[in-house]
Amino acid sequence: MILDAKIPEVVTLDAKIPAGPLAEKWEKHKFNVKLVNPANKRKYDIIIVGSGLAGASAAATLAELGYNVKVFCFQDSARRAHSIAAQGGINAAKNYQNDGDSVYRLFYDTIKGGDYRAREANVYRLAQVSVNIIDQCVAQGVPFAREYGGLLANRSFGGAQVSRTFYARGQTGQQLLLGAYSALNRQIAYGKVQMFPRTEMLDLVMVDGKARGIVTRHLVTGHIESHSAHAVVLATGGYGNVFYLSTNAMGSNTTAIWRAYKKGAFFGNPCFTQIHPTCIPVSGEYQSKLTLMSESLRNDGRVWVPKAKGDKRLAKDIPEDERDYFLERKYPAFGNLVPRDVASRNAKLACDEGRGVGSTGLAVYLDFSDAIKRDGLDKVSQKYGNLFEMYAKITGEDPYQTPMRIYPAVHYTMGGLWVDYNLMTTIPGLYAAGEANFSDHGANRLGASALMQGLADGYFVLPYTIGDYLAQMPAAKVPVDHPAFKEAETTVRATIQKLLSINGTKTVDEFHKELGLLMWDYCGMARNAEGLQYAKGKIQALRKEFWSNVKLYGVNEDMNQTIEKAGRVADFIELGELMVTDALHRNESCGGHFREEYQTPENEALRDDANFAYVAAWEYTGPESEAKLNKEPLAFENVKLTQRSYK
Amino acid sequence: MAGNNPNSTPMNLTLKVWRQKNANTPGQLVTYKVNEISPDMSFLEMFDVLNEDLLRQGQEPIAFDHDCREGICGMCSMYINGRAHGPEKGTTTCQLHMRKFKDGDTIVVEPWRANAFTVHKDLSVDRSALDRIQQAGGYVSVNTGGVPDANEIPIPKSIADKAFDAATCIQCGACVAACKNASAMLFLSAKVSQLAMLPQGKVERKTRVENMLAQHDAEGFGSCTNIGSCAAECPVGISLENIAMLNREYIMAKATSDNIG
Ligand SMILES: Cc1cc2nc3c(=O)[nH]c(=O)nc-3n(C[C@H](O)[C@H](O)[C@H](O)COP(=O)(O)OP(=O)(O)OC[C@H]3O[C@@H](n4cnc5c(N)ncnc54)[C@H](O)[C@@H]3O)c2cc1C
Ligand code: SF4
Ligand code: FES
Repeated sequence: MILDAKIPEVVTLDAKIPAGPLAEKWEKHKFNVKLVNPANKRKYDIIIVGSGLAGASAAATLAELGYNVKVFCFQDSARRAHSIAAQGGINAAKNYQNDGDSVYRLFYDTIKGGDYRAREANVYRLAQVSVNIIDQCVAQGVPFAREYGGLLANRSFGGAQVSRTFYARGQTGQQLLLGAYSALNRQIAYGKVQMFPRTEMLDLVMVDGKARGIVTRHLVTGHIESHSAHAVVLATGGYGNVFYLSTNAMGSNTTAIWRAYKKGAFFGNPCFTQIHPTCIPVSGEYQSKLTLMSESLRNDGRVWVPKAKGDKRLAKDIPEDERDYFLERKYPAFGNLVPRDVASRNAKLACDEGRGVGSTGLAVYLDFSDAIKRDGLDKVSQKYGNLFEMYAKITGEDPYQTPMRIYPAVHYTMGGLWVDYNLMTTIPGLYAAGEANFSDHGANRLGASALMQGLADGYFVLPYTIGDYLAQMPAAKVPVDHPAFKEAETTVRATIQKLLSINGTKTVDEFHKELGLLMWDYCGMARNAEGLQYAKGKIQALRKEFWSNVKLYGVNEDMNQTIEKAGRVADFIELGELMVTDALHRNESCGGHFREEYQTPENEALRDDANFAYVAAWEYTGPESEAKLNKEPLAFENVKLTQRSYK
Repeated sequence: MAGNNPNSTPMNLTLKVWRQKNANTPGQLVTYKVNEISPDMSFLEMFDVLNEDLLRQGQEPIAFDHDCREGICGMCSMYINGRAHGPEKGTTTCQLHMRKFKDGDTIVVEPWRANAFTVHKDLSVDRSALDRIQQAGGYVSVNTGGVPDANEIPIPKSIADKAFDAATCIQCGACVAACKNASAMLFLSAKVSQLAMLPQGKVERKTRVENMLAQHDAEGFGSCTNIGSCAAECPVGISLENIAMLNREYIMAKATSDNIG
């Protein structure tokens, strides 16, 4: 793992990228990996934490191959994982539209969209297997949108000039997850997968330096239990809820990957967060989450604000020549379809200039009147009907009549556990997949690429790479009464008891909101050294206060939602500090990481490739000491690093 | 602070909420007052406010299920004033907003009630029976890999759209809660129809319908007597046509069964 220790402080990580030409790496690797023979597969147990696209697809496929799989999720059904909420679509380099798409173009768009902070080999593999994903999903009966001729339909998405996005109305994540869930159910019925809903992973268990199991808490009974396996996969989604308000589901958390980090898995690029440009703006103090309006809306909706500051007229009363369609004006080539980071930052700029709309001034318009005039109400409602309905339900306004108000919100975390080409973390036998790993999106993820990555990892990558690891490992099992399990159980129980016993004056939600505001103000859409320093001190103080003043209720042996929340927020506070540390160390702007000190005269992100073309992989060193920086240098052998331009 | 809504006068409300310690302890309705509720709040945000108050007063917060709060995960499940997911048509509990209520209203909130759904605590129930019905056949038996190119299976748009409509079921269980027989037939029919309509699903259509129905009955759901309250309360508009299709599928399967034993 550790290649070169010349500079004692900074370890250079080996991503185990196979040698050879980019286009052949994965094929070669698949040929070279060791295989577990079919009769032996049933001797190996694999734990998968998470039943979203990444977890469910990995579980179904590994079980089909013959491994014994245990799957965990905190919801009451595997199908409720947060992937279910994805709206817009999934990319694949099928080139069904004959508009010039190819594996290489998808690869190139993803690397460029990620502002040259992703690993070439992984991204290329992602683009390669993207085509298999669509085939797989269709075979499962996923009802993708179709043309009248009966073939699959596509639409375009931000950051791309081809139509490569497959979709199922505005419910693509739902339909893809139901496909994976059905494959998972089939394996549950066969007895190859054991499903543990309402069960939360609270610790990773290691034996002889390898991941060998987890400790969980049952969310109805409070029962603490150990599970042993030969390999553990964390497919636990993103950590956007560190900001309190985000488009993530209420339960989305960092606990699984954070506790793995504390056991020695490195954390890659924690500060790379994506702020999505088209969300419904905050309406009040009580706000519990933010709702995304799919990016696909930018295909037909036009983003604008009034030209004049403080113009409080209703949208319909502002004449055409007093409107500023700022994305179309600044980026004529991509217009409203610029990547998310660019769109978000420009919305913020417009609002900072005092040209925001709505009663808070923290919103811009997304206007469909031209599309309705051009294509008719029916066509527009066919494409976006359910999104318009959702908007109307939440805001009480009708987007067919008056433009939507939108504002950026935290949406996705590109950062996550560092993994090598095999999706293995720095802990042998511990894998991370889907949004939980840092792998493919660099500093900014393109729309419709997370679903692709989750399913690529689960259906097509992990089944090979885990086999390679297991093939080199004895089949002997570690019993759950092994001291390592007992010790982890004791720690988990003690932590819960500690939380219950503090009995302070502030609720978990109060701490979470406070943390969220700090993160949004100082580590959000725009960051600077001074603010980050300030936030760091504040977060450290918040952590102290949390552990001496938090208020929970009741006992462990019960359905106790205060325990669930407290554990998650405790981890978010620590993660928040690491994100700030990472943002502070990265003295450049790239993708979603915008450091105000580093920008071009046109306010675009200014990268520093000479000094920062690497993955920052942070290593835990103890509760009171600074995390240690390790690096994976990024070599770009196939694309030329350029200043991103969407003009 | 609200959007562009003219009507944002805060409301004071009385809530009567079902409190039940666990599956083995009887429950009862308990009355709470909530004040200064903004019409722009969601129903669950109103519960958040109440729970924060309870906690600060040293009382136990109310347990309820929820996750996405976008009407898609199917986790939220409250029986509000005698209606599954409350008074607004085509809306999940999490997407119901307080602008649907008036100042001074009394709102009764109970869990889903059905033989097959036991109460875990307060408003949270066990819906795992629905997962087990899916496990009995809600899939196409294909392994990962080795499948044909996606465009080799052309499907008429009208059929794809219809299959999609059926596929949007969020497995919330409101249809069961709304049905006086506590039947899960609407839920079950949505999956059976989706797959029966598509060429991919046709191969196993007979065994699927038989096995899923058998599981439905084994779980203790009631039978369907064509009342239709399920479809009336379904938040995503799953139509009764699916039940008709399920019946046809079942009759056809029985007549020409592939099931051995
Ligand atoms: C509103 C919204 C819309 C989106 N739209 C798109 C889109 O159109 N296209 C696109 O490509 N991407 C989209 N994304 C991003 C994409 O949906 C996610 O990145 C992706 O679905 C993540 O999948 P996953 O499998 O990694 O994790 P998830 O689906 O989040 O699943 C996480 C799983 O882990 C489990 N879990 C978490 N912690 C624990 C724990 N401690 N113990 C036990 N279980 C645990 C959960 O129960 C769940 O089963 C969207 C995201 C959001 C929020
Ligand atoms: S049919 Fe409708 S009410 Fe029943 S589970 Fe599905 S979505 Fe819920
Ligand atoms: S919380 Fe997901 S549907 Fe209501």
